[in-house]
Amino acid sequence: MAVGAFADRGADLELVGIEKRFPGFTAIENLHLTIPAGSFFALLGPSGCGKTTTLRLVAGLEEPTSGRILIGGEDVTDQKSFQRPVNTVFQSYALFPHMTVLENVAFGLRRRKIGDPVAKAHEALLLVELDHLAHRKPQQLSGGQQQRVALARAIVNRPALLLLDEPLGALDLKLRRQMQLELKTIQEEVGLTFLHVTHDQEEAMTMADTIAVMNKGRIEQMGEPQQLYELPKTAFVANFLGQSNLFTGPVVSTTSSAIAVDVFGQQIVVPLKRAHRVSGEVTIGVRPEKLTLHADAPTHDSSRNVMGPGKVIDVSFSGVSTQYLVAVHGVGTLVVFAQNVAFGPAAQVGAEVWLSWNVDHGFGLDDDPAQAPRFEADLDTRTIAQQRRSSLITELEEA
Amino acid sequence: MAFAAFSSTTAPSTDPVARRRSPVALFLLLPGILYLVLFFLTPLVSLLLTSFQAPREFGDIGQYDYAFRWQNYVEVVTTYWPHIVRSFSYALAATFFALLISYPLAYFIGVKARKWPLLQSLMLVLVIAPFFISFLLRTLAWKQLFADESFVVQSLKALSLLGPEAHVTGTAFSVIFGLTYNFIPFMTLPLYTTLERLDVRYLEAGSDLYASPFQVFQKVTIPLSMPGIVAGTLLTFIPAAGDYINAGRDFLGGTGTQMMGNVIEANFLVLQNYPSAAALSIILMTVILVIVSIYVKRSGTEELL
Amino acid sequence: MKLSLGKWLLPVYSSLALLFLMIPIGYTFIYSFNDSLKSNITWRGFTFDKWLNVCNVQNGAVCQAFGNSLIIGAIATVVATTLGTMIAIAIVRYRFKFRSQTSLFLFLPMATPEVVLGAGLAAQFLSLGVPKDMLTIILAHTMFCISFVVVTVKARVASLDPALEEAGRDLYGSAWQVFARITFPLLLPGILAAALLSFALSFDDFIITNFNSGAVTTFPKYIYISAARGIPAEANVLASAVFILALVVVVTVQVSGAARARRLAKMS
Repeated sequence: MAVGAFADRGADLELVGIEKRFPGFTAIENLHLTIPAGSFFALLGPSGCGKTTTLRLVAGLEEPTSGRILIGGEDVTDQKSFQRPVNTVFQSYALFPHMTVLENVAFGLRRRKIGDPVAKAHEALLLVELDHLAHRKPQQLSGGQQQRVALARAIVNRPALLLLDEPLGALDLKLRRQMQLELKTIQEEVGLTFLHVTHDQEEAMTMADTIAVMNKGRIEQMGEPQQLYELPKTAFVANFLGQSNLFTGPVVSTTSSAIAVDVFGQQIVVPLKRAHRVSGEVTIGVRPEKLTLHADAPTHDSSRNVMGPGKVIDVSFSGVSTQYLVAVHGVGTLVVFAQNVAFGPAAQVGAEVWLSWNVDHGFGLDDDPAQAPRFEADLDTRTIAQQRRSSLITELEEA
Repeated sequence: MAFAAFSSTTAPSTDPVARRRSPVALFLLLPGILYLVLFFLTPLVSLLLTSFQAPREFGDIGQYDYAFRWQNYVEVVTTYWPHIVRSFSYALAATFFALLISYPLAYFIGVKARKWPLLQSLMLVLVIAPFFISFLLRTLAWKQLFADESFVVQSLKALSLLGPEAHVTGTAFSVIFGLTYNFIPFMTLPLYTTLERLDVRYLEAGSDLYASPFQVFQKVTIPLSMPGIVAGTLLTFIPAAGDYINAGRDFLGGTGTQMMGNVIEANFLVLQNYPSAAALSIILMTVILVIVSIYVKRSGTEELL
Repeated sequence: MKLSLGKWLLPVYSSLALLFLMIPIGYTFIYSFNDSLKSNITWRGFTFDKWLNVCNVQNGAVCQAFGNSLIIGAIATVVATTLGTMIAIAIVRYRFKFRSQTSLFLFLPMATPEVVLGAGLAAQFLSLGVPKDMLTIILAHTMFCISFVVVTVKARVASLDPALEEAGRDLYGSAWQVFARITFPLLLPGILAAALLSFALSFDDFIITNFNSGAVTTFPKYIYISAARGIPAEANVLASAVFILALVVVVTVQVSGAARARRLAKMS
């Protein structure tokens, strides 16, 4: 690491065959990842998936059990964290409580003996609009202000790679939006490479160019936000990034453009190019907002899949849309999001309904259905509770 | 067990708790405060009064009358200035060595051993273990280990590290050694309680911001453990300055190592020269209070009080 | 992986430091088995005699002194713990005039050298003509224990969520019921720690005792007096017994505490 000078631009980050074992468990297994210079990359996953460990490995705060870490082509695996051209915005901010805001921001500059640290620190504080609080102690600032100081303290060093560890986790929604915007702006201005670790799918989707969804120490799927949402590869991704209705059944026929799956006696068609598996037992799915409710059985249309009849077991109104839970005999409970384009719900609890969706909106997963969960993954507890309840109701009805 | 007391001297003040005004407070406070006024404050006042007493005319030894004999102070300072200097320099040296020995130990128990709570508790028990055995017996044990015919001294002499006529006990070395040993737990425990709370994420942040391990220690660890350092040095310095067991002739000291405590004891209990003993006590207390308040102010840890 | 010196330096150093702390304790323990005559300086062979006949030497003077120390420690602990706990609750929970001055006043006895505390009390007893005996020792010990009780219990009160007491009141508890059923049980560990600390301080105190004991002999004073002519091995026996007892109690508490912490960590 050069002393007295800044990194001139963002650098590629390359993780080669990284493995990290702690006594008793493996946090990361065989991780390969390349993040091109200048990108905004998000590692998304539930807590305990290994994303924070990955970040700490890159920062040099943990040593990998095996594998190499390269920054801008240079192998930094054996470098200590203070030798790496990397800075972190810590989840807890970790602002030194015994120093003023200004001293905090100037800390890294002084260690690297960069000229005029105070002026540069002021500049960084101006960028996050906190220069007027430069002489306060961190404890005297609000959470959002502390977060911005932590950001200034990191970017003032112009690191080749900036690591963000759930830095927006503690902020309320409005501040979060502001900070997201600010981060994006700073990235565009300064041109750093950002590696952002979060469990918040919305934050990842709005900010990152590329998202890697991580689960149990492995990357399940990586790609642009929209691609990940529209075409999830695994049940985990399908349910962690938004919600999904998933069905399992055997492939009964295949054409040149589509496969047909038998789901408890109902034929569901999925385009071939949107299906990761094309034979045998498969799991297919569709997003709740793609479903349409019908009070009567819809007439046959080869461009739409139909499922039903089912029974509405719950209606919850949330402003822009209404969520319906529909129990379909033998299939399970489906979630439907319907835009509130008319007054009043389209169906009442207990009503018999049919569901349909455009064939092109379905997707087929890569998971082995025997191993993949049929419904719940790490969803929010309310949805899980609703699904449990409705599956109990279905069971009771069947008995 | 003792560390519970020290930990709280360093605890952050949780002030913004909603407090009520109530006559109950007076009921709770009064007995204890009254007790301390009777048996702590008025004794100090009577000590001050005694320090100005004059010998009764044609009276026996140990008979004094209230007066304003400020010459008592001049006399004790001219007579006992070597003891006064020794008290504070020995206490200072013992505090310094105790800090030097205790800081790495407290750091290991409080920071490095966090992953193993059982090891941490057992090491803490060992730190406070000396409290469970008589202070005097511990000091006597050292005296016997350092006696002229002891294995330690004989080996040192055999290795010519010590002259054939040299002694270990009765020297400034053995007194400072004894003070250091006896006050290590008092130093280690407050250091441990601040270091135990030290958030290692600050250390990681320092390292992330290009500070080498030594710089992290100097710029982050030391300043953040300042409350523990201040509490530990005070808990060592104050009792060490007033101690008279280690420097006692029957323990680790000799005629040339007597401290203020020794002369206060001798004047009060043997010579029955109460005014001199009182004057020396007042000097000891005043000097300590001045040192403590300057020290606490300069280290910026007033909230400790 | 690199094998760095720094990795081993600290654990090795810490072990040596702890070993250093143990040396005089080990010495005292070993010499409690010395088949000594009057003074216990040179090793004359191993025996259990001293442990079996602790009170037989010098007409039981050691045990007499030991018993005095127990009585003084017990009374001073009860009084100091009661008074100190009351003060601690008042300081944390109530607002009153001169609150910070009161705190400073309570800190002062801890910042005063023992020799000054001892001489001051002795000067007061002298000028009032109070004869020195057990009572004066107990009065002195209670005095210096109060401040230590206050700081120990204060920490516990401060860490107690006031919402718990409010919840108690909300659930129809009278002021007394809230104290007896909520505040006191939650403070109990702190109060017990303070009591143990008081007892230990009182039991091992020599300096203040020396000034205020007159003809009464406590265990530390017995050792001090005997130091010139040699301490019988029986003193080592009693000190070692106390040490072992205290160690067993503290290790049990600490180990069960650590085990509980680990169970909690596993659950979450």
